[in-house]
Amino acid sequence: MFGFTRSQYIAFLIMVALIVVSPFVLYPVFLMRVLCAALFACAFNLMLGYVGLLSFGHAAFFGMGSYVTAWTMKFWHLDAFFAMALGGLTGAALGLALGYLAIRRSGIYFAMITLALAQMVYFFCLEAPFTGGEDGIQQVPRGHLFGFIDLSNDMTMYWVVAAVFLGGFLLIHRIIHSPFGQVLKGIRENEPRATSLGYRTDDYKLIAFVLSCGLSGLAGGTKALVFGIATLTDVHYSTSGEVVLTTLLGGLGTVFGPAMGALIVTSMENYLAQAGAWVTVIQGAIFMICVLAFRRGVIGEIANWRKLTL
Amino acid sequence: MIMIFGIPGPLLFGQLLLGLINGAFYAMLSLGLAVIFGMLNIINFAHGALFMMGAFVAWILLDTLGIGYFPALILAPLIVGVFGVILERTIISRLYKLDHLYGLLLTFGLSLVIEGLFRNAYGSSGLPYRIPDVLQGATNLGFMYMPNYRGWVVLAALVVCISTWLIIEKTSLGATLRAATENAPLVQAFGVNVPRLITLTYGAGIALAAFAGVLAAPIYSVNPNMGSNFINTVFAVVVIGGMGSILGSIITGFGLGVVEGLTKVFYPQASATVVFLVMIIVLLARPRGLFGKAA
Amino acid sequence: MTLSRRSVLTAAAASAVTVPAMPRFARAQSATIKIGVLNDQSGPYTNTGGITSVICAKQAVLEYANAQGLNVEVIAADHQNKPDLAISIARQWFDRDNVDMLLDVPTSSVALALQSVVKEKNKVYLNSGAASSALTGEQCSPNFIHWTYDTFMLAKSTGGAMVKAGGNSWYFLTADYAFGKQLQSDTTTLVKAAGGTVAGSTLYPFPGTTDFSSFLVQAQSSGAKVIGLCNAGGDTVNSIKQINEFGINKSMKVAALLMFINDVHALGLDVAAGLNLTESFYWDLNDKTRAFTSRVKDKTPKNYPNMVHAGCYSATLHYLKAVHDMGAAEAKKDGVATVNRMKAMPVEDDCFGKTKIREDGRNLTPAYLFEVKKPSESKGVWDYYKQVIATPGEEAYRPLADGHCSIVKA
Repeated sequence: MFGFTRSQYIAFLIMVALIVVSPFVLYPVFLMRVLCAALFACAFNLMLGYVGLLSFGHAAFFGMGSYVTAWTMKFWHLDAFFAMALGGLTGAALGLALGYLAIRRSGIYFAMITLALAQMVYFFCLEAPFTGGEDGIQQVPRGHLFGFIDLSNDMTMYWVVAAVFLGGFLLIHRIIHSPFGQVLKGIRENEPRATSLGYRTDDYKLIAFVLSCGLSGLAGGTKALVFGIATLTDVHYSTSGEVVLTTLLGGLGTVFGPAMGALIVTSMENYLAQAGAWVTVIQGAIFMICVLAFRRGVIGEIANWRKLTL
Repeated sequence: MIMIFGIPGPLLFGQLLLGLINGAFYAMLSLGLAVIFGMLNIINFAHGALFMMGAFVAWILLDTLGIGYFPALILAPLIVGVFGVILERTIISRLYKLDHLYGLLLTFGLSLVIEGLFRNAYGSSGLPYRIPDVLQGATNLGFMYMPNYRGWVVLAALVVCISTWLIIEKTSLGATLRAATENAPLVQAFGVNVPRLITLTYGAGIALAAFAGVLAAPIYSVNPNMGSNFINTVFAVVVIGGMGSILGSIITGFGLGVVEGLTKVFYPQASATVVFLVMIIVLLARPRGLFGKAA
Repeated sequence: MTLSRRSVLTAAAASAVTVPAMPRFARAQSATIKIGVLNDQSGPYTNTGGITSVICAKQAVLEYANAQGLNVEVIAADHQNKPDLAISIARQWFDRDNVDMLLDVPTSSVALALQSVVKEKNKVYLNSGAASSALTGEQCSPNFIHWTYDTFMLAKSTGGAMVKAGGNSWYFLTADYAFGKQLQSDTTTLVKAAGGTVAGSTLYPFPGTTDFSSFLVQAQSSGAKVIGLCNAGGDTVNSIKQINEFGINKSMKVAALLMFINDVHALGLDVAAGLNLTESFYWDLNDKTRAFTSRVKDKTPKNYPNMVHAGCYSATLHYLKAVHDMGAAEAKKDGVATVNRMKAMPVEDDCFGKTKIREDGRNLTPAYLFEVKKPSESKGVWDYYKQVIATPGEEAYRPLADGHCSIVKA
């Protein structure tokens, strides 16, 4: 089903089970943070793990999605469904515009261009009046979904976020296991050969990029709704760096890696907030350990150990 | 008073000069980065943190051992350079066979660790470091008062940059280095100890960053965040100049300093972002950078 | 079969790592008052807030709670100057950890973001660290007291007083974000009200600017008598260093609109001498402040308390007095009632003397304009300030009517 292998299918069921059970045991707002981060990481992984392009500016799409959703909820009083969808569409549109500029390059140049473009988006958000600058857009109401589901209850909001995450997750998975996804893999393995076979590789990469950015925007919009705030942190390059860390830690190019990475990183941030100044040191140390000894990430290592594809 | 674009002439020249001074820092920092990337193929994100270490070592030398500025100019780069060598031997050399991405991520993590540790030890407020007496005061250049220390910075930066360029392009050591980057096994077959050469090169690149740090200590406050403030701009400089080109880094560094300086006069809020705009334009028109070698 | 068992075990192990402490059903029944100090512990405001604020809060607990038989616990976290992280921590503190009072919270954008969360959960919010005067103006809240200072008080004391002292033309160097711009706007109003003029201003990118030379040269060429620094923390320190370097302090007076004694310490007296700044507390001001400082300074060896730290002590002390008066159980239930009780009781402590909390949540602390001593005038480390003018609390702040606070009855 869904193109999962047997082991992936079982892992998927476990993930769903965890998602269903955990809000009764853990703090739902924390879990929602994890889910938004996980969706963002999955979207990012589409680019890095499957197309092989490292984007250092993905926060731009996440953040703009966050701002647009926050703005439309607060000032236009839209239905939450439309607000979140608009967040996703904003991410996609921005991805199209920026991707068109960036996609012609690859490797380190692609990373640098995306970083530069994201810095400009940051600057725009800093100066533009509608983003509220340093304060961000605050007191965003949770509103209603489809007109009647009241989202101000944390548990109700949780089920919505879980649904968004699972939807996005399955969408990504479908993309990867489709003919389109196969072409992407081919491009990653050997781009000149793919071109010689007649594929317009830039177009494929751009489409993947737009999808990745759209889902990032959706993740950002959902996050804004949960916390009622959209701030400059959402478009800052440290958020871009964090999603790289999350994906790396969980496992590049694996299906469940990004979600696992999001769980670990968000938990760390949460429980280490009390440790104050040591958070950055620990994050940096984990980065280093991952790169040196743990390159496949948590899920990747598990998969390798059991000879599975996860 | 001459008015150029609505700005008084003297003010404009003053800003250009200040831009050059900033450019000197960009040039020196990007020089170290370019050397490391050109020779080792490692994108050293930790460069900013090591720049900061240079400033801190100078401060520590003064605070605990009473060693002044001029000796620190030599000692701090040495100490931090040795640290760099140790880093390279233990950690960084493991990444040579891997994709660039991992080098980038590792050094990024390294920068977080170094900055975090210093922040824990010294707080974020910054520590004072006096301009050495012999360089105090300012000279009246007619259109502005230029602090003597800043003039010294430009001079020192130029000397260091040009010497480095000369060493790499014009000496046999430099030739060996360049050959080793292109074909290490062959050079090794000639009896040259290539790994040691690479280690020393990394150490030298780091020492350059630390030297810039000592130069920066009296004018910017010595604090753990000083590196991260520079690093994004410096990366842009390296990319614009061409990722392996020494000359490119030097010229672009000074050039971007001037561009930034002009932006500060006409649209100051954008002065931190104009570098990225330039980078995008350059990358789209000429992806290998202004002076870069073809990929 | 083996596969699914292993996967389940792995998943279970992963969730075990993240399962927090058991819900504290037991604790909720005993009346332990919990205070959460939320501030910047790793970024630019570490020394002006940070651990020292926590220590001062704990000092108040030590002095008062034990004597009165109150059960009080103080916890702390780092908000890294990020509004969303702060909201996340605050929600968790209120929902899960039964925190009753939120303390300190520097960085105006973070401080503002927390207003609605505290109101929603009906807890108490005592802010010592943030500057924005909007907190008791348009963004005021019945659960909130702004304890120590704000942009208006800084602008009036430093700005207004300097104009009276002859500095009647100003040039602003402003950090391009909400706080900097607010400070510039408040100060401009007060400078003009005192009869001065504004010759010009520059907005510089924030954060990330370390070199102010271009902006400073522009300031110098404007010919103004005073350069007003609308920034804080490391930016202030750097701008002052560079002002000295370019000799600007010889032709212009320097007004550091937000600066603390810890920043002066970071600069060193030879650079900072002659600076004008306003704080509502100075450790060496009188016998009482000296007594307070001697009680805390050994617990914070590298730092001396500034007005923010003193504010944390003072706010905690007054809060505990109100809690004792109401009974802990009552206080825990209703944040608005606790704040109202605090407003009704007169405030008095070693740090600020006698002050009064106004209807809009503004605590009327006195404002002292200080000038930084020259190295020759200072008897030792941390002996930095000489007092220029003192403004009593009633006159130091924005008049109640001008704030447009919604909880103030017209």
